[in-house]
Parts: sequence; C-alpha cells; structure tokens
Amino acid sequence: MTHTEEDIKFEQRVSRSILSSRQTAAIGEAGKTGTWRTMKPILHDEKCIVVKSGKPSCFLCWMFCPEISVSRTIPPVFDYDYCKGCGVCANECPTQAIEMIPEKENPSCESNEGGK
Amino acid sequence: MVIKVKDLPEEEYILPGTRMCSGCGLQIAYRWALKALGPNTIVCNPASCSTVTGGVGGYTPIKVPVMYNCFETVAAHASGVSAALAAKKKDKEIVVVAWAGDGGTYDIGIQGLSGAAERRSNFIYVCYNNQAYMNTGIQRSSATPFGAKTTTTPIIGKAQVNKNMFKIMRAHGLSYIATCATGYPQDLFEKFKKAREFNGKGVRYIEILSSCPPGWGHKVNESVEVTKKAVESGYWPLMEVIEGKLVISNPSKKYIDKSKRKDVRKYLKMQSRFKHFTEDDFKVWEEYIDDLWKELGWELEKQGDL
Amino acid sequence: MVKKIVITGNHAAAYACKSAGVEVVAAYPITPQSPVVEKISEFVEAGEMTKSNTQFVCVESEQSAISAVIAASATGCRVFTASSANGLAYMFELLCWAAGSRLPVVMCIAMRGLGAPWTVWTDHQDAFSVRDVGFMQQFVESNQEIYDTVLMSYRIAEDPRVYLPAFVSYDGYILSHTMMPVQIEDDDKVSKFLPTLKPHTDLTNMGTRPGLNPVTPPDLTVRPEGNTPGYYEFRYSMQKAHENAFEVIEEAARDFAKIFGRSYGNGIYKAYKADDAEILIFAVASVASESRGVVDRLREEGLKIGLISLKLFRPFPVKYLREAFSKANLVVVFDRDIGYGYEGILAYEIKAALYPSENRPIIRGFIVGLGGRDITPEDLIGGVKKAVSEKDDRNVQLATHTDFIGLKLDQLGFKKGGN
Repeated sequence: MTHTEEDIKFEQRVSRSILSSRQTAAIGEAGKTGTWRTMKPILHDEKCIVVKSGKPSCFLCWMFCPEISVSRTIPPVFDYDYCKGCGVCANECPTQAIEMIPEKENPSCESNEGGK
Repeated sequence: MVIKVKDLPEEEYILPGTRMCSGCGLQIAYRWALKALGPNTIVCNPASCSTVTGGVGGYTPIKVPVMYNCFETVAAHASGVSAALAAKKKDKEIVVVAWAGDGGTYDIGIQGLSGAAERRSNFIYVCYNNQAYMNTGIQRSSATPFGAKTTTTPIIGKAQVNKNMFKIMRAHGLSYIATCATGYPQDLFEKFKKAREFNGKGVRYIEILSSCPPGWGHKVNESVEVTKKAVESGYWPLMEVIEGKLVISNPSKKYIDKSKRKDVRKYLKMQSRFKHFTEDDFKVWEEYIDDLWKELGWELEKQGDL
Repeated sequence: MVKKIVITGNHAAAYACKSAGVEVVAAYPITPQSPVVEKISEFVEAGEMTKSNTQFVCVESEQSAISAVIAASATGCRVFTASSANGLAYMFELLCWAAGSRLPVVMCIAMRGLGAPWTVWTDHQDAFSVRDVGFMQQFVESNQEIYDTVLMSYRIAEDPRVYLPAFVSYDGYILSHTMMPVQIEDDDKVSKFLPTLKPHTDLTNMGTRPGLNPVTPPDLTVRPEGNTPGYYEFRYSMQKAHENAFEVIEEAARDFAKIFGRSYGNGIYKAYKADDAEILIFAVASVASESRGVVDRLREEGLKIGLISLKLFRPFPVKYLREAFSKANLVVVFDRDIGYGYEGILAYEIKAALYPSENRPIIRGFIVGLGGRDITPEDLIGGVKKAVSEKDDRNVQLATHTDFIGLKLDQLGFKKGGN
C-alpha cells in the first residue's frame, strides 16, 4: 500500500483541524446526574419562608446547592434531571421545609412526583 | 455588612450535571468564586478534583476559559497568562485565577506559588483545601491535620500537625490574603469580589476549607454543616489580611472570645477520619486552636483591634 | 535598521527574539544559556522592545519558565524561553504539554552535557534527550545561523499547517560564548518574512469552547452535540503535523533566502562537497562545523569525501536523507551524544532511515567529545580512516560495541592486556 496524494491531503486536513484539546460548554457533562439519587428532596410549601412570605428572602437551598439544581423562584423548584440528592438543602433549611424521601427503585428523571 | 442571599447574582458559570461527588464542597466553593469573579475570568487549573469538575473529553460544565495544566505548575501558568494579558493590555479587564487543591498548593506547587508571590505576578491564587489528595484516593498531604486517617496514614492517623500555609503566604507580604469555608458562601463571595478589586497588586491568596464527604467521612448532606462546625469551634478562623492588616471576618469575630467557641469534638465526631480519636487526640486539637487564637489575639491587640 | 555586529551565540538568540517581536519571555538562569535572557531583559528594561510590549517573567525555575510561556502562548502571544542540560531536563513534563497543546513555543537550547557528574561543557545529550516530546528540532553551526533559525522556527511553528513547538539547539561555549559577526535585520523586512501570529487558541477569546487540555479519554466523547476526539486522535494529528511539515520548512528556507540572501542548504540539511562523495560524514552542530575542515584535508589526500550536516532533526527527514546518501558507500557518523545501552543517537537514526534503501551504504558510528572534551581534526580524521580501512571487514560490520574517539584512558594508567 502506498501513500497517495489523497492520503496526504487527508492527513493534512486532520492535523490542521485537531489541534489542542478543547471543550464545549454543555449542561449535563456527566449525563443526567439525577439518576445518581437515592434520596429525593421535596418541598413542603407551608413551611417554606419564601413561599409563606411571597417575597424573595431566604433561598439558602439555592445558595448551598452544590449542583446548581435549586431555582431562586417562589416556590424554589428542584431540577430533578441533575439533583444528585445530597440533601444539603434539607440539612440547611432553617424551617425544615425540605424533606428527603427515598427514590423509587428506578429513579425517573422526567418525574417530579417522588416516591410517595 | 454581609451581603443578603437575595442580593447575590443569579448568573451561574457552572452548569449542572457535573462529575463531582454528591454533596461536594469544592463545587460549592467553585460555584461561588466564579459567580463573584464574573465572565471576564481565566482559570488555570492543575491536576486536582477540580480537573474532574471541568469534565472529561470534549465537553465541560464550566463556562469561563479554563486551562488545565501540570500539577506543580499552576502559579507559573497563571503568571504566564497574566504576562500575556499585560502584553496585550487586557490585564485591567480580565482577572486570572489559579485554582488548586491543597496538594497542588502546600506540597508540589509551593515553589511556583512562592516564586509568583515574590515577583508580584498578577493573579488570584486559590487553594481549596480538602486536607488530602482526594482525587487520587485520599492520600495524606502536608495540609492533612493532626490525627486524620487517610489512605497513607491508614491505621494510627497522621502523626504531624499540618503546615501553616496562611503564615507562609503572609511572609510573602501579599496585598490580600483570606480564608473561607464552604459553609459561608456569602463570605466567600465577598472575599473574591475584594480579591478582584486588588487586580494589579500581585498575587492574592485565598484558602477555602472545602468539605469532602468521601475523604472526611461525613454524611453527604453535611458538607455545609461540617465546615460551619470547623469555624464555630475556632479551628478554622475566617479572616483576611489586607495590605498586612489582620481582620477577623464577621462569622468568626465572636470566637475571639474563647468561651464562645464550641467544642471541637462536635466537628471532629462528624467525620470518620477522626473516629479513632482518644481524649489525648482531642486535647491536641484544643491546644492547636488555643495557640492559633493566642497568636491572632496578640496581633489584634498590637493593631489596637482588641 | 540592518546592522552587522560582533556578538555571541546567546546574544544572537536574544536579537532574534527582539527582531521577531516576542511578547512574553520567561527564563531561569543556567550555564551556558544565561546570557540569552540577560540580554533580553536588558532590551526590555531599556525600552527597546516596547513595540511588542514585551513582558519578561523572571521565574524561580525552568519548570515555571516553560509553564509561563506555554500559558502565554495559549493566551495568543509569541513567546520565547531558553535553557540547557539539567534545566531542560527539569522542563521535560512541560515540553510534552507544549507539544500536546500544539502551541508554537520557540526555545533555544545552549547544549551542555547532563549531570552527574556535573559538567557545564558542551555535548548534545540534553537536546537529544528530549527527542520524543513532540517539538521540532533544529541544530545550528554558527551565530548567524542561530539568529536566522530562530526567525525561521517562528515562521514554521506558527504556520497553520504545522502548529508545533520548536527547539533551536547550539553548542554551549563553542557558539553560546563565542563572538562572531551577525547581521541583524531590519524589523520591516523581518515582518515581511514572519507575519503576525494567528493563534489557534487564545484564552481571551474562547467563545463557547472554554476548556483547554482537559482529561481526554482513550475513546471519543460521543454526545448529541457532536463527537470529539480521544487522546489517540490528538496524538495521530501531532504525528501527521510532523510528517507534513517538510514543505513548510523548505518554503520558509526558500523565502528566507529570497528576503535576506542567506540560506542553510534546503533548510533541512547542509551538504558540503557531497556531490561526488563516496564517503559522507554525518553530524550536527559543532561536530559538523569541525568536520568541514576535515573534509577539506581529506580531499587533499585524494579521498572522495563530503559532509551532510543535519539541520532538521525532528521531524526526521528520512526521504531527504535517503536521497542525500544515495550515492555514498560509506557513512561515518560522529555523535556527541549517546543512547546509553545502544550507540550514538544519530548513528542508529540514520541506520533505521537508510535500512530500506537500495545499495545502502556501510554506516560506522563513533562517539566524540562528551562533556566538552575537545574534538580535534585529527580525532575525526582518525575516525574516518578507521572506518575506511575497516569498511569491508564483515566482523566490524557485525560488531555491537560502541567506539569512542578521544578517550585518554592510557594516561590514567589503563593498558590493554593487563588486569
């Protein structure tokens, strides 16, 4: 097998395109990390400071979430696609408005219902 | 005055769905540091867990430019980026951050960091300190505290007290030095803002006590609570050194008074790396904390701040 | 302004940086390289490099020197560093990093032997020890060639068809500290030869692709947004960039000759009295320049001998060398280096390159002048004559020992036949 003009052209094209290893910014770099969950946070609106006051105030759940999976909205909403279920939000909630409940045996990323 | 949670900015620079462990303290620190620094930031990152945060292969959750580099070289890389920005006259608008773990800072990276600090290279150096080589499997580093079990101090725990990096960096006469903890994102946010304002004044050094559920052996939901306990016991004072002047940060102020400090056992007993501790071990920690504050107290007194 | 000045090799390298408008320089002192960066810092402090707003980063180690220039290159700047021997060895990890990121870093090696034991004198062991990191490598014979080759290296390294870092290696002391006349070219003329750098990666302008040099897996990253290369594809690409760099290198040499009126062979090797030569010496740098006089003297004795002085060592110009050696029946290789446990590095490289050639010549290698041991013309003449007389001796051809020239074991009391 010889190295044809076409081979050389092909190689040149590759070596000019694949240069330094670069990354594109993307959500879910590690996939839907919500599937890692064994426990799932649910919000009891009646206990939530933000919901009760109707004003942007507490939001400690949003601030402490390592996975950026709690929204700063009224009420705060969990992003179950990516929430890993660590429970930091529940642990830090000053009014125990967040409860960690066991996931169903096959956590579904689409479901917002929890394992009741 | 501490910034209110509702006044913190909405814009995020890390996208969800990362490779980090559930409840990772580093990720809380990284998230809030980038939120404070904003989009005109270039990060240099040596081998560490945060390399994994950056993703494997062609996609990343991090939205600002990050250059990954060799373990011992982050300070030199940051110096190079900052020199390049100076050459291009972009050094005012863009801030450079070296983001390293404790191994990359206390151990293998200390030479480069010291060199950069001395020659006043212009960047923020961040050590997120989770007190061992977590990414390679929890081996002892010179930041590992006394008594902690790691995979290279597996049975009796570390026999030595950790290196005092804060003092080492103070000896370099930096314009800004601060300590933070994952339990206090607002404090962290404000300190990064301040470090950014010191742009042009050489290396600014920020060290973050960063909880690690698998490495420390605390529950995944305690990543915030555990470093709060560290601060409340007086073990990890939140403080700043601004142009040489020591300032104890708000969350730590009351612990200048020894009687206000909470029992360090509460902090230690949350973590399986200290599970083997006897009363003698707890005493070593208590003495460590007493000595730490004695020295800080002397300095505050000398400054007329006590 | 064009001017001819008498300067050392180290200063010639520094003037080349100035002419090239290098933007970031970081370096750490080591003998015999130090005067390169002393001179550059002098240019910077005297305000002679304000046009490129050159920043000199005075680092605390070689490891930091190369790290800083890699980072500055990734920020879109033209960069320079230099080192020698142990300092170069200390850079090793980062040399791989520069090449793996395809950054057009140009650095000089003022060649010196590697310790232990300590030596500050020249040999080529340091340069050859970083053979496989992925840099292009050029060896030079004079101070003018240092200046010219640094300029050519920027042009080649920054060419989008190449994007590879480059070494320019010259002998410590023999060139680094020896004064020779060097023509320093006019800035405008230089910029005609060397266009502004168009970086493929610039940290200030990363857009939607912000991560650089992440952990890259063995296989592709497969996602709906598009597949990205694995480590293996990056390494393939790097090798192909080397393999296809020759046309760029020849082009640079041709353009250089056209603009400045100076040339170094085809930019790949320099042939001296090689046209009708049956015997060819093969060497680099100081050994090649020493061989020129040897060729003249042996020609006077009636030997049909010439020299192939290799300029480009990486990428290794196999095709060109097969052509260059096609008419010779004996190649005498003088290595100022050694692949420990095997033989001289140039010797085994050329053996491998010529292996498939028809009528391949007999190749005889000698080790010379390690750690700065003086290489006299008589040493080289002795080598050539030995190679000629033993050329057809089958036992010599099959021998696996390495020949050293210029050892003085007898003066240490060692005699053959004793105990």
